[in-house]
Amino acid sequence: MQQVNQLNSTQQHIFSHLTQAPPDQIFGIMNAYKADTSDNKIDLGVGAYRTDEEKPYVFDVVKKIEQEIINDNTLNKEYLPIEGLPDFNKGCQMLLFGKDNPLIESGRIVTAQCLGGTGALRVGFDFVKRHLAGDVYVSNPTWSNHNQILDRTGLNQVNYPYYDPNTKGFNCSATLDCLSQAKQGSIVLLHVCAHNPTGVDPTETEWLQIADVCKARNLIPFFDCAYQGFASGCIEKDAFAVRKFAELGFQMIVAYSFSKNMGLYNERVGALHIVTPNKEISAIVLSNLKIVIRTLYSCPPAIGGRIASRILCNEKYFKEWIEELNTVTGRIIRMRTLLKNELDKLNVQGNWDHITRQTGFFTFTGLTPEQCDKLTQEHHIYLLRSGRMSMAGITSKNVSQLAEAIKIVVQNECDILLNN
Amino acid sequence: MQKLQLLQNQFNPTSDDIFFHIVQAPPDPIFGIANAYKADTSSTKIDLGVGAYRTDEEKPYVFEIIKKLEKEIVNDPTLNKEYLPIEGLADFNKGCQKLMFGQNSPLIASGQIVTAQCLGGTGALRVGFEFVKRHIPGDVYVSKPTWSNHNQVIERAGLNQFEYPYFEPKTKGFNCAGTIECLSQARMGSIVLLHVCAHNPTGVDPTEAEWLQIADVCKKRRLVPFFDCAYQGFASGCIEKDVFAVRKFAELGFQMIVAQSFSKNMGLYNERVGAVHIVTSNKDISARVLSNLKIVIRTICSNPPAIGARIAAKILTDEKNFNAWVEELKTVTGRIIKMRTLLKQELDNLKVPGNWDHITRQTGFFTFTGLTPEQCDLLTKQYHVYLLRSGRMSMAGITSKNVRYLAESIKAVVQNK
Repeated sequence: MQQVNQLNSTQQHIFSHLTQAPPDQIFGIMNAYKADTSDNKIDLGVGAYRTDEEKPYVFDVVKKIEQEIINDNTLNKEYLPIEGLPDFNKGCQMLLFGKDNPLIESGRIVTAQCLGGTGALRVGFDFVKRHLAGDVYVSNPTWSNHNQILDRTGLNQVNYPYYDPNTKGFNCSATLDCLSQAKQGSIVLLHVCAHNPTGVDPTETEWLQIADVCKARNLIPFFDCAYQGFASGCIEKDAFAVRKFAELGFQMIVAYSFSKNMGLYNERVGALHIVTPNKEISAIVLSNLKIVIRTLYSCPPAIGGRIASRILCNEKYFKEWIEELNTVTGRIIRMRTLLKNELDKLNVQGNWDHITRQTGFFTFTGLTPEQCDKLTQEHHIYLLRSGRMSMAGITSKNVSQLAEAIKIVVQNECDILLNN
Repeated sequence: MQKLQLLQNQFNPTSDDIFFHIVQAPPDPIFGIANAYKADTSSTKIDLGVGAYRTDEEKPYVFEIIKKLEKEIVNDPTLNKEYLPIEGLADFNKGCQKLMFGQNSPLIASGQIVTAQCLGGTGALRVGFEFVKRHIPGDVYVSKPTWSNHNQVIERAGLNQFEYPYFEPKTKGFNCAGTIECLSQARMGSIVLLHVCAHNPTGVDPTEAEWLQIADVCKKRRLVPFFDCAYQGFASGCIEKDVFAVRKFAELGFQMIVAQSFSKNMGLYNERVGAVHIVTSNKDISARVLSNLKIVIRTICSNPPAIGARIAAKILTDEKNFNAWVEELKTVTGRIIKMRTLLKQELDNLKVPGNWDHITRQTGFFTFTGLTPEQCDLLTKQYHVYLLRSGRMSMAGITSKNVRYLAESIKAVVQNK
């Protein structure tokens, strides 16, 4: 033991200059929740779906298909192509852009299977850094990992003022104003639907306004789609922005995740799409995209892509999947309604309309970091300090407890203000 | 035409075609060959390109133990699809440490090894080099030649690379003196990329004495060893012997990085199973290293895929499964070694000009045949034998049925003037 821990005088401590990096904002909360021994703890941190029994959920259709795959002797473990399974890629295109979208036939969409949403974002931004350069405009606020990924790919980022705390809604005019001053050729990171963390999306009209300013300034849209199905409950409606921009002739990039809408979280299933003007340029783009992927991890993991592919390409499985997805998204919407009812019943200070107005996994509650800390430390309720609450962690059994705790922490603030 | 000249290679933000300036990239040298082989309709074609194992029936092979464990996992109601930790499965990581450093390595108990589950060997290399770039940047010394993707990965991680003259074409062996000389002039703090065993593409490894010499020069110049281990089990046929270099360097007190792949030795290719290890001087530094390593991973893929590591963990942490795996691995590596012997015999029988000793002397998946690019082209175009233009031939693609045809084809191109 002594020999091993002894400073080796011929080689300095090459890592000793490293300082402790902060834990990941989101996973850090998850770990804190896990470590909490309280009986009535509530996990509203990470955006992972929970059943009404607070359990993780694996889609039945996914389980069924997994069994098929395991027992399929025609399958083996040979490397996938660098860009992933062709069936999967085609299925992804149809799901996002629409089954009959002419872009698909014309070969104008370059698609690669990626490692969940994060993997697609990283591949997309590495490609941007290498071939397009330019500043990247990100919403204020945005998913915390967006900023990190951009930093690590060496791209400059600029905020556009997405969220209006006064209305708890989308700040359209300020966003348009900001983007209209962006340097030509800048990239704009847009959430397709169910914005993370605010739950607030542009209306269809507002999307058209965003498209206008992108055209005027030659901005390149980079969409992040992690919640198709979770915003309105309708797959087609949720993809409106991507389909409209495609229709308007944009060349653009889309990062897509199946982590949530197929519950495939840990199998890392996603896709990156690059829309080009024609199939010749598509071939060129693909050849370069493959090097980005080859140098990150060579080729993607098979099982998740195989499962998703069977869902996307088989009508019967597709329908089953949509059914289950509706159940999942339906429960989250019901919890929004329940929580709002409870808050109203308890006469909790403030306007809580946004709970049912916002969509997707998350609500941007408007709670301050201090209130969030109190919620966690005094009531064992885990959420992000930004006030982002994952509605998927609320259940019919814990919703009253949650509402009461919110009342207390909000009340405290009010009392303090009054007494001052 | 005018537009082409103006805009080629330069991103023009006001252009309608934002991708117009992008130039076609060459196909990957290795996957490119695999695709060409697939497209070939000849009945005598032989695939000696990509390093993926084939049975004597020329079929891909899934380990029996893997099939069994996969079923167990899929039928296990206690498992779900929740995100793994950023650094992967704890059991898997522990198992990897034991396999690499030895079951009883004091480094494991002392917390000096930081381990993260990664996406195969490539994933581990990229994570490792991103970490290097961010925290201990320096020039990277790579063997000449090396796996083609090494150079690309290092370039994309934004690091400078230099070559050390690894392969000696005259002896078709390891150029120890040349390597030592080159490394002795490296800037202090440079990183040295070393293949643990079964060097890819040459199949030629340093002897134990030569490894000690490499360790010496690394100490003198304070070079940071970065080991790539993709073939543990394939060099000597013995798991422990194959990782001599890593264990010796660890024993000598080096702080270093190791990229470990299970693509070949567990046949888990497409599930992307690997690990990166960073050996530090103590567990406090380990904690800081891990916290930074997690950000590297979080910004590439967030967390790794589950199934492959779950399978590997069951092998690495269960004695019965482990033994079953080692048995199957011996069958696989044994067949490759047998093919080396067979090919050499056939070449001798046919009295093919040249010295072919290296076929049985080199180890692992590959032989660096010594064939020229032109001879390789001829082998492919005329005889439908697919290999890399560097002369690298994957022995795993040879079978008792195709070895004679292969030897005859080699004879033909060697004698062709």
